[in-house]
Amino acid sequence: MIKIENLYRSFDGNEVFRGISLEIMKGEVLALIGRSGCGKSVLLKHVSGLMKPEKGRVVVDGREMDMVRGRNLTSLRDRLGFLFQGGALFDSMNVFENVAFPLKEKTKLSDKRIQARVFEELENVGLSGSEYKYPSQISGGMVKRAALARALVGDPEIMLFDEPTTGLDPVTGHAIIELIDSCHRRLHFTGIIVTHEISKVFGIVDRVAMLHEGVVWAEGTPSEFSSFEDPVVRTFVGDSTISKGGMHEKI
Amino acid sequence: MCLFLVKAVLFMVIPPLKFNRFLKQVRFIGLQSVVLILLTGGFTGMVLGFQGFYSLSKFGSDAFLGPMVGLALIKELGPVLAALMVTGRAGSAITAEIGIMRMSEQIDALELMGLNPYRYLVVPNLLAAMICLPLLTAIFDVVGIFGGYLIGGKLLGVGAGTYFGEMASYVEMQDVMEGFYKSLSFGVIIVWVCCFKGYYAGIFTGFGSEGVSRATTQAVVLSSVLILVWDYFMTSILF
Repeated sequence: MIKIENLYRSFDGNEVFRGISLEIMKGEVLALIGRSGCGKSVLLKHVSGLMKPEKGRVVVDGREMDMVRGRNLTSLRDRLGFLFQGGALFDSMNVFENVAFPLKEKTKLSDKRIQARVFEELENVGLSGSEYKYPSQISGGMVKRAALARALVGDPEIMLFDEPTTGLDPVTGHAIIELIDSCHRRLHFTGIIVTHEISKVFGIVDRVAMLHEGVVWAEGTPSEFSSFEDPVVRTFVGDSTISKGGMHEKI
Repeated sequence: MCLFLVKAVLFMVIPPLKFNRFLKQVRFIGLQSVVLILLTGGFTGMVLGFQGFYSLSKFGSDAFLGPMVGLALIKELGPVLAALMVTGRAGSAITAEIGIMRMSEQIDALELMGLNPYRYLVVPNLLAAMICLPLLTAIFDVVGIFGGYLIGGKLLGVGAGTYFGEMASYVEMQDVMEGFYKSLSFGVIIVWVCCFKGYYAGIFTGFGSEGVSRATTQAVVLSSVLILVWDYFMTSILF
């Protein structure tokens, strides 16, 4: 579903990617980990087509992102959801309007159906009762939930999560991860979760990839990852030993 | 920057137009600038009344106060001052709004929804400015002319018949159209510069609130300078 081949990218002479290759199968969820500034969010922006590679290519559902233009790009993005690190909610709109926005602009649904769909999605993310509050009036966790509702309201086939738990307290962070897990079970999307909070996501992902020094330093299932002896991986992963399905017991 | 304008014009002529957003910007750029235009137009006309009467009476030509005030406002001061006022009030706000949207990834979010940011952020502003600037300039001119009469006529004794009669004789439709073309082009300049500076805030001006502040300052300064430079060229062409 998503294929990254030999990707190179630099900023102001600083090489961020030096030949990254990665493949994510349909329905699979991959955790992308690595130190701050190693290019995790930049990689997501390449996958979504917001940034162009200097060398190499990103192929999403058989189409090279660098080559897709106009309506083809729009139709590809219609199938893609993106949860931004800061939520990226439109601050001049309330929560309801934010979640309804893609439906109003991209579909021909009636106002009544849009309202029903938005209320349903807000209930799924636990935001019933906060529909008419503005982003500045709600907490960081609620902003992330509202942004998640907006990203999921179009039933995307691919979901990209940029540090979904950063800046949240542990309880809210776990709640967001549980929410992502339940949404994945409901929608079966293909996903990439960028994070450096490994213990939180190891329980819900199929595979983990670690970026280090511009390349994919290590890759494997969460349980394989926990047993890697590589010192860079060990320093980063520590004693995170949860495998997929084991998250709920741990919580 | 030129490519930005070309794209904006292209998306303006290709439907669909985001009509609600357009109306919102007409309200913001046009309606909410009216009080400012009334004030500045009125006082500019009053100053012209004083200065014009003082200068013309030296040559015994104070009967020509009406044409002098009218022509100065309609051809030059009305379009330029109205545009500078709108730049300060609405242009700066447009840059700040778009700049903050850029910094907080709201523009990226629009793009990832498969929606064209130009259609939402640039085209409604461009159309609104192209409609509102000529109208605001017309208000500026009318209020200014009456401001000039208030001083010249009521305070300094130039008769209403002389003031308005001479004005009607000397001000031609061509002069009115010159002001109209100028105000129309100034509307394009304001939105072009202010939207561009906001849209690329971060890339050219640095990140964070300081980047937005720098983008806003640059937008106001560049728009104002371009308005005056473009005014010179338009005057040269239309003279």
